[in-house]
Amino acid sequence: MARYIARRLLWVAVLLFLVSLVTFVIFYVFPTADPAQLRAGRHASPAQVEQIRHRMGLDKPLLVQFGNYLRDIFTKGDFGYSYVNEQPVKELILARVPATISVAVGASILWLFFGVLVGVISAVRRRSKLDRTAMGLALVGISAPEYWLGLVALYLFADDIGLIPLFGSANSYVPITSDPFQWFNSLILPWSVLAISFAAFYSRLLRGNLLEVMGEDYIRTARAKGLTERRVVLKHGLRSALTPIVTVFGMDLGLLLGGAVLIEVVFNIPGVGRQAYDAILRADLPMIQGTVLLGAFFIIFANLVVDIVYAFLDPRVRYE
Amino acid sequence: MGTGSLLEEAFDAGEIGHPEVVVARTPWQLFWRRLKKDRFALASLGFIVLLILVAITAPLLVKALGLPAPNKLDTNALDEAGLPAGPSGSHPLGVDSLGRDVLARTIYGSRVALVVAFASTLIATVLGVSLGVLAGYYRGWVDTVVSRLLIDVLLSFPILMLAIGLSSACSFGDGCAGGLIQPGITTVIAVIALVTWTYPARLIRGQVLSMREKDFVDSARSIGASNFRIITRELLPNLVVPTIVYATLIIPSNVLFEAALSFLGVGVSPSTPSWGAMIGDAVNTFDTAWWYLLAPGLALVMTVLAFNLLGDGLSDALNPRSDD
Repeated sequence: MARYIARRLLWVAVLLFLVSLVTFVIFYVFPTADPAQLRAGRHASPAQVEQIRHRMGLDKPLLVQFGNYLRDIFTKGDFGYSYVNEQPVKELILARVPATISVAVGASILWLFFGVLVGVISAVRRRSKLDRTAMGLALVGISAPEYWLGLVALYLFADDIGLIPLFGSANSYVPITSDPFQWFNSLILPWSVLAISFAAFYSRLLRGNLLEVMGEDYIRTARAKGLTERRVVLKHGLRSALTPIVTVFGMDLGLLLGGAVLIEVVFNIPGVGRQAYDAILRADLPMIQGTVLLGAFFIIFANLVVDIVYAFLDPRVRYE
Repeated sequence: MGTGSLLEEAFDAGEIGHPEVVVARTPWQLFWRRLKKDRFALASLGFIVLLILVAITAPLLVKALGLPAPNKLDTNALDEAGLPAGPSGSHPLGVDSLGRDVLARTIYGSRVALVVAFASTLIATVLGVSLGVLAGYYRGWVDTVVSRLLIDVLLSFPILMLAIGLSSACSFGDGCAGGLIQPGITTVIAVIALVTWTYPARLIRGQVLSMREKDFVDSARSIGASNFRIITRELLPNLVVPTIVYATLIIPSNVLFEAALSFLGVGVSPSTPSWGAMIGDAVNTFDTAWWYLLAPGLALVMTVLAFNLLGDGLSDALNPRSDD
């Protein structure tokens, strides 16, 4: 086990390096636009642009630039400075993390619960009207863009413009520390909308897994022992059908913790996703780069956790 | 011939093989027979064909319906406060906040949606299949480069953020990669292709890994076929059907991808009618101008749903064991 974890950690280090390299290439090498010019703005004189180029180290060879960039990130935790207000990118992002965590964690609880519930019911009642309806709706849920669902939800239920004013509107987010009730109320709609999209996917995935597992020999054995169907499904079937769900869940949560761009934009929640969007509107490359990189770190970390959990659950993985 | 005619008919209809000459059905025939039974998939196919016709004939269709051009500003349709008017005789689905006809823009929106989705899927599929075949066939360091260095690294990124970062980085100056990728629709296509090819690549790699151990590959090798010949004559023909299925499954997510990028304002240029951009425009006025939210949204959901249903039908037809 220790060897497996050591190997995984080594790979994580390699991945972090490669992800940083790709990000560097995308934002500094790939575009034909000049970062110094972007930073200086449209009205800067050529001399000012040159000065900025020198200050940012952009006049050095690319390899040196990349070395400095790596050193700043991994030894100082320095992700650069925003073009817009010269603030350190890392601090700006960290200030936005609580809102993003609020969105991701609340939604994930909802979608895990409903996704598993619907998936199990659909699998047990396979080919019934209930199953067909649930899976049909799930496919619609997968097909509908979440930002559109979000706007429709606001149109219907927001307490300022909604036809049936029930829940907090866009813009109403406050940190949990200042007003827990309003925090909760403002997040009901974003949670629900995100949960619909994800639960739709999870229910289809779980239904498929469970149906496959229920055909296995050990399930027949469990039935032959005379266990109740409920016990066979919940205790024997669900346990192994859930394992792939754990993997997907870990990765989805990792992805969302890096910022739920579309939902945060629609509901105007001041999270990392909204920040990335604002950075794009202002051509604030270090900020975009910081959010992309941080999002990637979250995903790599989530993958690591999932893999280690998986290795505990299933010893075969360790010897691959 | 006592039992004759019924059986004969069945032979003629190709439902059962002829007793003397048992003609094996090609994978294609089997595939099509199974697909024909899926009503939802067929209806979706019909819808998609219709949508393609709408996209091709958009200018004619808009004229035939008596609608203004998609970018024509009709200031008469805005009230004194500048708010757009709802559905009426001259604008069946109302106008947007600039006075542009929503129905005409929704019709034209099918063009961007389909062009971007098909083009990006085509590139992603060609790239994914090529790399997947190479990785699965040669294994070793080729596989390491493709699976670890390319796929694993790409999958470590938050894909949407990477895509918006890339599109915005490519929207300044002369575009990306020395001007090869220009801002606008080519950026969108390139970005989407770049972040979605991993899906077909992984699936095809898996298929080739198991296929290369099969007897027909061994026998080709034993008569001295080159690697190139084995790949092009033995492997690729067997990958055609699964490739079509995977491609059909990526199309809907690429339709959504383009819409999401355009919604965020990093997709196609603002004057080009795109469903996602229309929804993005609607953000400021949807509390009163609900029609502007409804039309592009429904067009998007129906299109994506049709491709999803067709993709589901195709993969069921490919994998008859999936017992749904």
